[in-house]
Amino acid sequence: MANEEIGATVEPGDGRIDEQRLHDVLDIALDHAKRKGASGAEAVSSTGDGLGVNVRMGDLETIEHNRDRGLVITVYFGTRSGSASTSDFSASAIGGAVDAACSIAALTEDDSANGLPDADTLATTFPDLDLYHPHALSVDDCQSRALACEAAARAVDERIVNSEGASMSADRGVDILANSLGFRGINRKTRYSVSCAVIGKTGGGMQRDYWYHAARALEDLESSESVGAAAGRRTARRLDARRLKTAQAPVLFEAPVASSLLSHLVGAISGGALYRKASFLLDHVGRQIFPDFVRVRERPLIPRGMGSAAFDNEGVATRERDIVTDGILRGYVLGTYSARRLGLATTGNAGGVHNLSIEPGPNDFGGMLAAMGTGLLVTEMAGFGVNTVTGDYSRGAAGFWVQGGEIQYPVEEITIAGNLKDMFKGIVAVGADIDRRGNYHAGSILIDRMTIAGE
Amino acid sequence: MTEIVKIAQTQLLEPAGLDDSHIGQLLGALTSRRIDYGDLYFQYTSHEGWSLEDGRIKSGSRNIDQGVGIRAVNGEKTGFAYSDQIDLPSLTRAARAAREISAAGAAGAVSAGNLAVRGGDGALYQPLDPVASLQDADKVGLLKRVEKVARDADPRVTQVMASIAAVRQTNLIVRHDGAVSADVRPLVRLNVTVIAEQDGRREQGSHGGGGRVGYEYFLKAGRAEHYAREAVRQALVNLEAVDAPAGTMTVVLGPGWPGIILHEAIGHGLEGDFNRKGSSAFSGRIGERVASPECTVVDDGTLAERRGSLNVDDEGTPTQQTVLIENGILKGYMQDTMNARLMGVAPTGNGRRESYAHLPMPRMTNTYMLAGERDPGEILASVDKGLYAVSFGGGQVDITSGKFVFSANEAYLIENGKVSTPVRGATLIGNGPDVLTRVSMVGNDLELDSGVGTCGKEGQSVPVGVGQPTLRIDGITVGGVAVGA
Repeated sequence: MANEEIGATVEPGDGRIDEQRLHDVLDIALDHAKRKGASGAEAVSSTGDGLGVNVRMGDLETIEHNRDRGLVITVYFGTRSGSASTSDFSASAIGGAVDAACSIAALTEDDSANGLPDADTLATTFPDLDLYHPHALSVDDCQSRALACEAAARAVDERIVNSEGASMSADRGVDILANSLGFRGINRKTRYSVSCAVIGKTGGGMQRDYWYHAARALEDLESSESVGAAAGRRTARRLDARRLKTAQAPVLFEAPVASSLLSHLVGAISGGALYRKASFLLDHVGRQIFPDFVRVRERPLIPRGMGSAAFDNEGVATRERDIVTDGILRGYVLGTYSARRLGLATTGNAGGVHNLSIEPGPNDFGGMLAAMGTGLLVTEMAGFGVNTVTGDYSRGAAGFWVQGGEIQYPVEEITIAGNLKDMFKGIVAVGADIDRRGNYHAGSILIDRMTIAGE
Repeated sequence: MTEIVKIAQTQLLEPAGLDDSHIGQLLGALTSRRIDYGDLYFQYTSHEGWSLEDGRIKSGSRNIDQGVGIRAVNGEKTGFAYSDQIDLPSLTRAARAAREISAAGAAGAVSAGNLAVRGGDGALYQPLDPVASLQDADKVGLLKRVEKVARDADPRVTQVMASIAAVRQTNLIVRHDGAVSADVRPLVRLNVTVIAEQDGRREQGSHGGGGRVGYEYFLKAGRAEHYAREAVRQALVNLEAVDAPAGTMTVVLGPGWPGIILHEAIGHGLEGDFNRKGSSAFSGRIGERVASPECTVVDDGTLAERRGSLNVDDEGTPTQQTVLIENGILKGYMQDTMNARLMGVAPTGNGRRESYAHLPMPRMTNTYMLAGERDPGEILASVDKGLYAVSFGGGQVDITSGKFVFSANEAYLIENGKVSTPVRGATLIGNGPDVLTRVSMVGNDLELDSGVGTCGKEGQSVPVGVGQPTLRIDGITVGGVAVGA
């Protein structure tokens, strides 16, 4: 067998990522674009690797090794643009990608909003956001963590009889953004996650639920046992779910699903939806869209945050800001292109928001149930029935019926419907039970009234 | 050697300087430990997309991705690694990583065989490069024509967004025993979304289509113009829409794309992996009644030039028509090689993967219900009060509880057997194992969708098709806002 000397495996932490190679790739791409006559260019080179181990029913199921790299380049000829990408880092492939981007630019049309960001918006300081914590994790390490997670889930309740398995993954990556204005910014990130999904069964049928945790540093990852136990509890409590009669009632979104309401807000105040006049929040800056106690903030610089970044996908500096205060919309979510289309300034959100949070109120989860009294607690939603143009909202739901602030029984095969404008204004309270695992941080959210469709 | 295998070898192996002896070395490395199955999956994908907005060609992109996924299967265990560098050292490293699923020193259950072409006739679609099927200037012209047709259709149209995309995927699959298969898959699509405005109210409409063909498909039979007019028509209908009703009621689903109900309600639940693991609401129910006798549902990867069709699946198994439900009785599951082997049945050509960087699993191809005998007009006339839904957005299913949703974006009330007022979008929710038992009438108007469907499972997206005739369902929950309507 040839090449026996090649290392058997690569896991996060056991080898260095070759950042110089990423810089070289960018230099080749930007130089080539300049030689082709481009008036401007922007490129991202990236590389990363990772390991994922899945177990199921107490035994190893899959070992997956990931190793990715790529180059994406956008060229500008005045206000025309074209882009291309390749996973091949050879000089000829890079040149081919640049040529392809240039030939596309020749056919796109002048658009005065098009082009690189204004130089004075680009990030000039690069605070260490503490996002890169490589740690050598072996397959055996990952396997034992996943096994412990699944075992904890299956031990919760004797009705948990089956499993979709548990997984442990470790990934790291570096990407570098450069443009022809001289900007060069580096993102180095690691991500560790543990997750589990188990299945319970009774005469009333089967139910599944899951739980996960994710962190930038391994030491911040919740224990496998606690994640597994949460998955087990969440599955067991759903067994023997009933349906509900069609009615209107208050709805409490449990924190893990409440964050979806923030994502719908962002969808409606994003530049693309606004300049296309495809948003129910068009022209709403300065207007009341929530009750006056609601505050929504963007905090891009949280150390070890899942959405943290010092600059956006164009190199524009991110900044802490209030998007909603006193219930009033204070600003949009814009990149350079959409900002120019709207006659506004970029908000450093090319590629999206960074750590968006809704300010918590005083109630923990129990307090939120008490505040609702009688109504529907939603713990899972399904489907895509959200229309950003009109705000119409209709999604499948599962959860629990609540009376007197106490959970009564699980419910399923129902929908919840309303209009996001009314739902936002109908927020009664925001919980202190904040879920910080992702880019949107929300506690549970109570809405005064929605339509529940069932039997 | 077939023409398709030759194309694949020329594109994937020759530039990397790889020959049969190198492939043999890789198979040797893979099978040097005990495995039941293994494969090398070489892939080269070229993709382009163009979009128009505000009457201008706004952006375009070209992307090239290539790599090799290497898999070793031992019992229920799978080891997997991939490389986006196609060279012997990288592939050897990936093969060694994949085989670590098995302990060192264990005897090989299978050994590497000599390379022999197994499949790749390429009969269902041409191995063409759709990116090159039209001059770039003509692609631009196509988008501009779509925009003009939409703008001219009605003065209330305020925004037109149109996009086209083409991809060519070349796959070469070498199995542990040396069996070589290949496929060259073209795929194009065209999408139009319009926004119409009236008295300060804005609504959206969209339509599109495509298949495993070149771009010239859109120039024929007025297809591109038809998509544009359909998008406008839907937006204008929605401008008149009132609140949708809430509650359980009789629903008539139109033909074609509403077949997404079959994909969600039963299709995913009949994928072999979930049934091997016993995690599907359909597990262990072969031979049982899961639909009314009017219902026969198939998954068919062999329809010529269809978006969901494949000459061979991503494990080299030829695709076929698989009967899922026959006259209401559950007949079979969709299988890849691993789940078929573990369940003791034959693979059905449903082993699919998004790319070389993903593991294959059982996935649908084109899933549809065969035509019945009812006239669609007769079906609508039979309903005193209900909902008629003709177009849908996405859907989703919890295969364990069986609960599924799909969201209508064009629907109407039915009153006294007549289609009446349009209603706002609403999500429909039901229970997969019993929703089809309430199908009381099946139309004679089977249609397949126009070719824009994409299915997501465990983070992997693959193109699929759906279809059905007009169906009457006696009771499914409609998630509108109007209570007691």
